[in-house]
Amino acid sequence: MSILINKNTRVMTQGMTGKTGLFHTKNCIEYAYGKECFVAGVTPGKGGQVYEDIPVYDTVAQAREQTGANVSVIYVPPAFAAAAIDEAVEAELDLVICITEGVPVKDMILTRYKMQGKKTLLVGPNCPGVITPDEIKIGIMPGYIHKQGPIGVVSRSGTLTYEVVDQLTKLGLGQSTCVGIGGDPVNGFKHIDVLKLFNDDPATEAVVMCGEIGGTDEEECARWVKDHMTKPVVGFIAGITAPPGKRMGHAGAIISGGKGTATEKISVLEECGIRVTRNPAEIGALMKKALK
Amino acid sequence: MNIHEYQGKELLREHGVPTPRGVACFSVDEAVSAAQELGGEVWVIKAQIHAGGRGKGGGVKVAKSLDEVKTLAQEILGMTLITHQTGSEGKEVKRLLVEEGAAIKDELYIGLVIDRSQQRVVMMASSEGGMDIEEVAANTPEKIHKVVIDPTVGLTLDDASTLARNIGIPDKAVEQGADLLVNLYRLFWEKDASLAEINPLIVTDQDEVLALDAKFNFDSNALFRHPDIKEYRDLDEEDPAEIEASKYGLSYISLDGSIGCLVNGAGLAMATMDIIKLYGGEPANFLDVGGGATEEQVTAAFRIMLQNTNISAILVNIFGGIMRCDVIAEGLVTAAREINLSVPLIVRLEGTNVDKGKKILANSGLEIIAANTMAEAAEEVVNASLGGD
Repeated sequence: MSILINKNTRVMTQGMTGKTGLFHTKNCIEYAYGKECFVAGVTPGKGGQVYEDIPVYDTVAQAREQTGANVSVIYVPPAFAAAAIDEAVEAELDLVICITEGVPVKDMILTRYKMQGKKTLLVGPNCPGVITPDEIKIGIMPGYIHKQGPIGVVSRSGTLTYEVVDQLTKLGLGQSTCVGIGGDPVNGFKHIDVLKLFNDDPATEAVVMCGEIGGTDEEECARWVKDHMTKPVVGFIAGITAPPGKRMGHAGAIISGGKGTATEKISVLEECGIRVTRNPAEIGALMKKALK
Repeated sequence: MNIHEYQGKELLREHGVPTPRGVACFSVDEAVSAAQELGGEVWVIKAQIHAGGRGKGGGVKVAKSLDEVKTLAQEILGMTLITHQTGSEGKEVKRLLVEEGAAIKDELYIGLVIDRSQQRVVMMASSEGGMDIEEVAANTPEKIHKVVIDPTVGLTLDDASTLARNIGIPDKAVEQGADLLVNLYRLFWEKDASLAEINPLIVTDQDEVLALDAKFNFDSNALFRHPDIKEYRDLDEEDPAEIEASKYGLSYISLDGSIGCLVNGAGLAMATMDIIKLYGGEPANFLDVGGGATEEQVTAAFRIMLQNTNISAILVNIFGGIMRCDVIAEGLVTAAREINLSVPLIVRLEGTNVDKGKKILANSGLEIIAANTMAEAAEEVVNASLGGD
């Protein structure tokens, strides 16, 4: 078991024929059950062509109808990414994972508005994707550092997630599913949404949540954890040394008006019973301890 | 992207938000003739820098004669203005706004922000203008009124009127005030702003509502569709190192410490800064080379970091995922040679082909200290920066 995706998931790549889309789709096909999982590509105007043995369609609706794919991953350029999400929502896919970085916030506000009352779930934009180890990888993360097991991982950052996963795997702790929710201020899944799924997933025994400065998503998640989570949660918040008012790479990683500091987040997490380490090299070890 | 107050006011007037009349000036002579042109008996001379807190720092002064305009313009232009937002080194004032004086009856506050949990734009308004709004929010939260705005409808005149009344705009002026709020929101939305603050919004003795200040920030991811806003960019207001870095697709921020760090990915870059601090060092910068980290980027990154003369050691922390460690190692070696690196370099590589990468570093003949974990790397770099071995 796992959350969101498994080897039975059928995926289409939106923006498949572009350089980035093709490169990462190829990597995903080569990972575990990727060959069975990745069944379609979508690029307007390129319908009928075949890339990497995968048929390309003009629209998401066609790809869904012809292949039964119910999940999409998006690599289209930032100016068109929100429209690509809209198209997938219109076609009633179950899940959309948007990798694209640099999507204007206004576009995302409108897209999130249109998604109200629709069934489609969204991860991202500006995220590394989702992986259920040894089954399926949807996104740009290096597959080989992962290993199947009982730990759920959720994080706002890409390489920091790899760091955590690597620590876990080296300690013999495999992962149920790893979800990179991305660093944008207006986006799909927040920490809390992923934690709810992990709580209900029988294969997940404990969760690592990595947050960073900016916003209050981690705090909201922590309060939910305090009241509802039945599994141990280990946390890390990046940016104790980040100066206020500066955007630290991610659009959403900014301390504004004295709000969203790492120190504040850490204290809320700890109050809510989450074990937090201030040392990013110790996240795996802390999880090992938490499991005892 | 931030813009100056006078640019913000230009935008406001274009979008039907009244402001006092004013002229942007780059010299003392310009300031005096601007005051003459504006007429009247009272003028306000305002330093134009991007940081807030200009008034407290001595960058905003009232003049009651043309002579005084001249004296104050001389005083402010070229001064190094230190505010709580500039840091201790301050910011040189190169532009002035000369404005007609306004007869203020009441000072109010209006702000527009992107609310992450609502996933909407929210307008915040308060009767407590001219003050630090965070303080108002902390001490008297009941004095802050909020409207969550439907993106398909915009700010309605109804909501705007209620807001105007709630913050104490007199009945006579509610209609004009509500129009102002609606127009402000339209400007915000149309131009992809990410923050707008009018503090204070004033009611004059004639019951006229005016924007006395204007602070705007725009979504840099949306500038491609707003060439007019892009024109407002003032490179003098930005750190030259950050500008240089952005040319290479690097995200760089200068800090006060002595340990340079070069990392791929924003989250890991922050975590690397944090672990340096945890081991007793102080990071000199945030530097995210992105997912790729090409040789050209790494060379540029070293060059930019080393312009900071405080640097006593450098930590490179790369988690090579899609990018292979051997390729990154080759880039590091070439870059270190080209730049003739003179401070200790600690490298922690992890990920695809890590063994090959480490071999390349070891065989390079360069004095590179290889570390296996983030903790080891942090310990080594703090040691090296203190002159240890």
